[in-house]
Amino acid sequence: MGILQSIKMALRSIKSNKLRSALTMLGMIIGVSSVIILVSIAQGSAQNVTSRINQLGTNLLTINTFGNDLALTEDKINELSKLNGVKAVSPVVSGRVNVKKEKTTSQVTLTGTNAAYSSVKDTKVSNGRFITDLDIEYRQKIAVIGADTASTLFGTTNPVGQYLQIEGTSFKIVGVLVSKGSSMGQSGDNVVIVPLSTGQRLVKNTTINQVYLQGKSEDQMDLVMNEVEMKMASLYPNKSDSYSVTNQQDLMDTMSSVTNTMTMMLGGIASISLLVGGIGIMNIMLVSVSERTKEIGIRKAIGAKRRDVLLQFLIEAVVLSGVGGLIGILTGVGIGKALSSLLSLTVSFTSSVMVMSFLFSLAVGVIFGVFPANKASKLNPIQALRYE
Amino acid sequence: MGEPIIEISHLMKTYKLGGETVHALNNVSIEIKKGEFLAIIGPSGSGKSTLMNMIGCLDRPQSGKYLLDGKDIGKMNDNQLAMIRNQKIGFIFQNFNLLTKLTALENVELPLLYAGLPAKQRREKALEGLTKVGLIERAGHLPTQLSGGQQQRVAIARALAGNPAILLADEPTGALDSKTSIEILEVMKELNELGHTIILITHDLAIAKQARRMVSIQDGELLENGGEPIGNIAIY
Repeated sequence: MGILQSIKMALRSIKSNKLRSALTMLGMIIGVSSVIILVSIAQGSAQNVTSRINQLGTNLLTINTFGNDLALTEDKINELSKLNGVKAVSPVVSGRVNVKKEKTTSQVTLTGTNAAYSSVKDTKVSNGRFITDLDIEYRQKIAVIGADTASTLFGTTNPVGQYLQIEGTSFKIVGVLVSKGSSMGQSGDNVVIVPLSTGQRLVKNTTINQVYLQGKSEDQMDLVMNEVEMKMASLYPNKSDSYSVTNQQDLMDTMSSVTNTMTMMLGGIASISLLVGGIGIMNIMLVSVSERTKEIGIRKAIGAKRRDVLLQFLIEAVVLSGVGGLIGILTGVGIGKALSSLLSLTVSFTSSVMVMSFLFSLAVGVIFGVFPANKASKLNPIQALRYE
Repeated sequence: MGEPIIEISHLMKTYKLGGETVHALNNVSIEIKKGEFLAIIGPSGSGKSTLMNMIGCLDRPQSGKYLLDGKDIGKMNDNQLAMIRNQKIGFIFQNFNLLTKLTALENVELPLLYAGLPAKQRREKALEGLTKVGLIERAGHLPTQLSGGQQQRVAIARALAGNPAILLADEPTGALDSKTSIEILEVMKELNELGHTIILITHDLAIAKQARRMVSIQDGELLENGGEPIGNIAIY
């Protein structure tokens, strides 16, 4: 007997028991749709995090120093910038400072840096200009402020050209940064950026404790990182405990492994409901086999082989789970879309998840259908015929 | 009438019932020729159901030999038996045993489905069978929409569909009133005249007398009553 014929027969017997089939499928529908919803939400948030990290700048290497026994001086930094894979270098001094505009005061993160910072850290100005190298040379008292700082101190008026007090010194505002949002506890908007030389005075410390390096291309960052590490080792022998070189990619990798784990976990939890749905299918198929004992006897008497009976019930189980899976995918996508628009969640649907959960539901049908189908196929025709 | 289609020799079948051994079939031998109309008569518990199951290849003999169309049934596995049932035997049951969710036509198609015939041929043959039993206008009806006699006709059409070597009827009129019983028996007689081998199993002497040859079974032993059905055997 052909498979197509078997599928027709299965569909017919499913149709003849509509309520029962619908309830059985409900288990699969809930299972598949919850897998899709949870995994899409997890992947959506993973995407969110990745794009936030990317906003902090790509191709980025960071050198951090600890303590005071290691001086990152300008000439050493210049040597780093001459390395092959390095495109730009941006030394940074930073600290917390009080800024004041008339009666409003605010504590912000102060960053003293050079002109390259704008490209290295992917920091753009929405209004005005960024710091130039000339500003550093002339120790200009100018500042570029973050979007939050601007709105706190100046409200809706244009801050460019106005003055503010940083630790009591008056600075002219030359630019306002594009809003970056905050990530990992660091606000990118509540900042003041000043020329490196002026910054060193403001924090009363000439030690540069952080240097950002931009690589030339994204796929060579490991190589560049090696280069930088070797250079640092030759510049500061035996002081490897006093500094660290980190790669933006490392952070990305860590984050994506965290979000992957989260996705897997949520998918796994949702899969449990798929399993429960499968047990429901097995239950109904067992009931169906004992209800249809007589039918099985008749079929065997007129020539159905074990294989025919086995296939009939197995296909019935698989059709139940497969149709349930398809409806589950539609439901899952529907609910996911509704959630994303209602709760403004980032939800990302991937076809691989849909295909996987559909295949999984088919597999559940096979696994949980085999036992009842085998039971049916093994019935003795004489006893089955006598069954009322 | 010609060569034997069924050769049964020294067939034994015992059951264990509550520690006691019951001889359902005790050293049964019979030969049935092609084109015969044979009635097997016996009261309930005589072993006639066991014999029917045996002839119908639903069961294998414990000892003794059963040749159907020259093939040794005792040596076949379940799959081969299913194929034999499909191709060589047409069952007609007391309760018709139609599948209630399938239409008359689909019921008749069922053995052809298991025989692996393509859809078009199945339909043609099934329609042909329904025409033979005079139910062509009822092809699309479900069994529940048919009378008992009509259902039994559908069952006969189903039994005939695969053009089997023998028709095996187990109390075919048991669930029918006397008028319809006569009709069904007439259909069977016609089929026999067309050359079909028919084995009728019954406990009703009046029904058995319609056959051309009659054997009786009692306590698992078969008693041949010659070629002619006669009235003076055991009264049931």
